[in-house]
Amino acid sequence: MSDLRDLYQEVIFDHNRHPRNFGPLPGANRHADGFNALCGDKLSLNLKVEDGIIREARFEGSGCAISTASASLMTEALKGRREAEVAELFEGFHRMVKGEPYTVEMGKLAVLAGVSEFPARVKCATLAWHTLNAALHQADQPVSTE
Amino acid sequence: MFDPHLWRRQFPILERKVHGKPLVYLDNAATTQKPLAVLDAERYYFEHFNANIHRGVHALSQEASEAFEGAREKIRAFLGAAHVEEIIFTRGATEAINLVAQTWGRTHLEAGDEILISAMEHHANIVPWQMLCEATGARLKVIPMDERGVLLMDQADHLLTERTRLVGITLVSNALGTVNPVAEIIRKAHAVGARVLVDGAQAVAHVAVNVAALGCDFFVFSGHKLYGPTGIGVLYGKKDLLTAMPPYQGGGDMILQVTFEKTTYNQIPYKFEAGTPHISGAIGLGAAIDFVRSVGLENIAAHEDRLLQEATERAQRVKGLRIIGTAPGKASILSFVLEGIHPHDIGTILDNEGVAIRSGHHCAMPVMDFFSLPATARASFALYNTLEEVERLFQAIERVQKLFLS
Ligand SMILES: Cc1ncc(COP(=O)(O)O)c(C=O)c1O
Repeated sequence: MSDLRDLYQEVIFDHNRHPRNFGPLPGANRHADGFNALCGDKLSLNLKVEDGIIREARFEGSGCAISTASASLMTEALKGRREAEVAELFEGFHRMVKGEPYTVEMGKLAVLAGVSEFPARVKCATLAWHTLNAALHQADQPVSTE
Repeated sequence: MFDPHLWRRQFPILERKVHGKPLVYLDNAATTQKPLAVLDAERYYFEHFNANIHRGVHALSQEASEAFEGAREKIRAFLGAAHVEEIIFTRGATEAINLVAQTWGRTHLEAGDEILISAMEHHANIVPWQMLCEATGARLKVIPMDERGVLLMDQADHLLTERTRLVGITLVSNALGTVNPVAEIIRKAHAVGARVLVDGAQAVAHVAVNVAALGCDFFVFSGHKLYGPTGIGVLYGKKDLLTAMPPYQGGGDMILQVTFEKTTYNQIPYKFEAGTPHISGAIGLGAAIDFVRSVGLENIAAHEDRLLQEATERAQRVKGLRIIGTAPGKASILSFVLEGIHPHDIGTILDNEGVAIRSGHHCAMPVMDFFSLPATARASFALYNTLEEVERLFQAIERVQKLFLS
C-alpha cells in the first residue's frame, strides 16, 4: 500500500504553503506557460539566462500541492546551472518520479521521489519541467502535459 | 422500503478493496458501475448468438438482430418516444450531439443565425456548436447563471429571438447538479421557431424523462452513465426532422441501393447507423434499462436525494468547505472546494482512503471560470451508495484537512 506520507512530505507542504521564487521576474529573457488539462493547473515560468547560465528562475500560477512544490523546488535547483545541464536533470527527474532508475544527483528534488507510487500525479510533478523545456527552447505554444 | 444494500449485491465491483479499504465509489457522474444483469446480457449474447445483424438469414443473425432491435424498443419506451425509428444508436451523448450538428445543423444554419446554449454545458454540448458556427457563420449565445448555478431565465427570454435556430441545453448539470427548467425553455424556444436539443447524459439515471411530453426535438444520452456499457448511446429525434436530415456517415447498413452513379439511403433509423454497430453494447443498454425500471427510477431518485441531503448537511458543517452549485432541487451531485487545498490533492488522499471521487474541471471549463476556480472536487451518488459511504466520505475529508492544515 502506498503511503501518503511518501508523497506529501513536510518539505512539499512547506513549498506548497510558501513557494520560493514566486512572482514576476523583471528582465526575464526566457518565458513559457504550462497547462495541465487534467487538473486545470496553470503555470507561468520566467528565466534570466546569461552566457548559457540560468541566473534567475521565477514562476506564477495556481496548482495542486505537488505541482506547486515541484515548481518551487525546480526554480531553486536551477539557479546557477548551465543550460546544457538542464536536459540531463529533467531526464533524471522524470525517471525518478516514474520510479525508474536514474543516475543524476537530485539534491532536494529527491523529496518528490514518492510521486512514483502515485502514477496519476506524475503529470503534476513534471508540469514545471515541461514548461522549463519550452522556455529554454522558446516554444511559442503553451505546453501541456498531455 | 428501498434498501441499497440489496441492490449492491448486483454490482460485483463494489466488493473490491482499494488501497486496502472497501471501495466507496462516488464518481457516478463520470460513469456508473454495471449490474450483473448487464454483464450477463452481454455475455449471453457472445456465448449464444454472436453474429452480425440485419444481414444474415442464419439463426444467429436473426437472434442478434432481434435482440438489437429489442433494445431499441426498450429505449423508446424508456424515453416515451412515439416511434421506435426515432431512436438512433450512437457511441454516446457526444457522438449524438455531433451527429445533429453535422447533419441538421449544416443544412439549417447560415450566417447570422444563432445557437443558444447555457453557461453550464459540458464541452460536448459546446464544441460541436462552435464547430458548426465556424462552418456556417452562425453565432453562439449563452444563457448566463447566478452564483447558485441557476439559469437566469429572464435573460433567456431576451436571448431567444427569431434568429435563434437551435437551443442546446443540459437537463442536469454534471458540474453543479442543477436540474434545468427544460420544459419552459422548450416552450419558449418553440415560440420563436427554434429547435431544442436536450443533453440528457447526466439526467437519465436520476430523472424520469418523457420526450413526447417535453416536446424536445432532440434528446441525447450515454449508456454508461445509466448502468450500461460504454461505447453505446442514443440520439432521439422527432421523426419528421430525422427523415429530412442528410446522413451522418456513409457505409454499410445506411443504404438501400448502391451503384457507382447513385446511392439511395436507407430509412431512419438505419440511415444514421453506418457500419456494424456496438451490438453487445446495445443489448447491454437494454438490460440496463430493464434493471433501472425494476429498481424504479422514483425509488432511485428518492434515495439519491436522501444521500445528497445528508452529504450537503455534513458539508455545511465542515470548516473551509464551500459547496459549488447550490441550486434548489439538485440531482445527486456535490461539487466542492476546500480552502487552501487543491481538488487534485483531495482526490489523491480520498483515493488512499478507498473513496473514489472526481477532481478537475468536469469538462465544463466555462463553469470553473465563472466561479474563478481551477477545479472542484465532486462526489456523485448512484442507487447503490449508502449513508455509511457518505460518512466515509466525510471521514476522509477530515483526514485531508488534518494532513494539510496541521
Ligand atoms: C452533461 C453531459 N453531457 C455530455 C457528456 C458526454 O458524454 P459521453 O462522454 O459519454 O459522450 C457528459 C459526460 O460526462 C455529461 O456529463
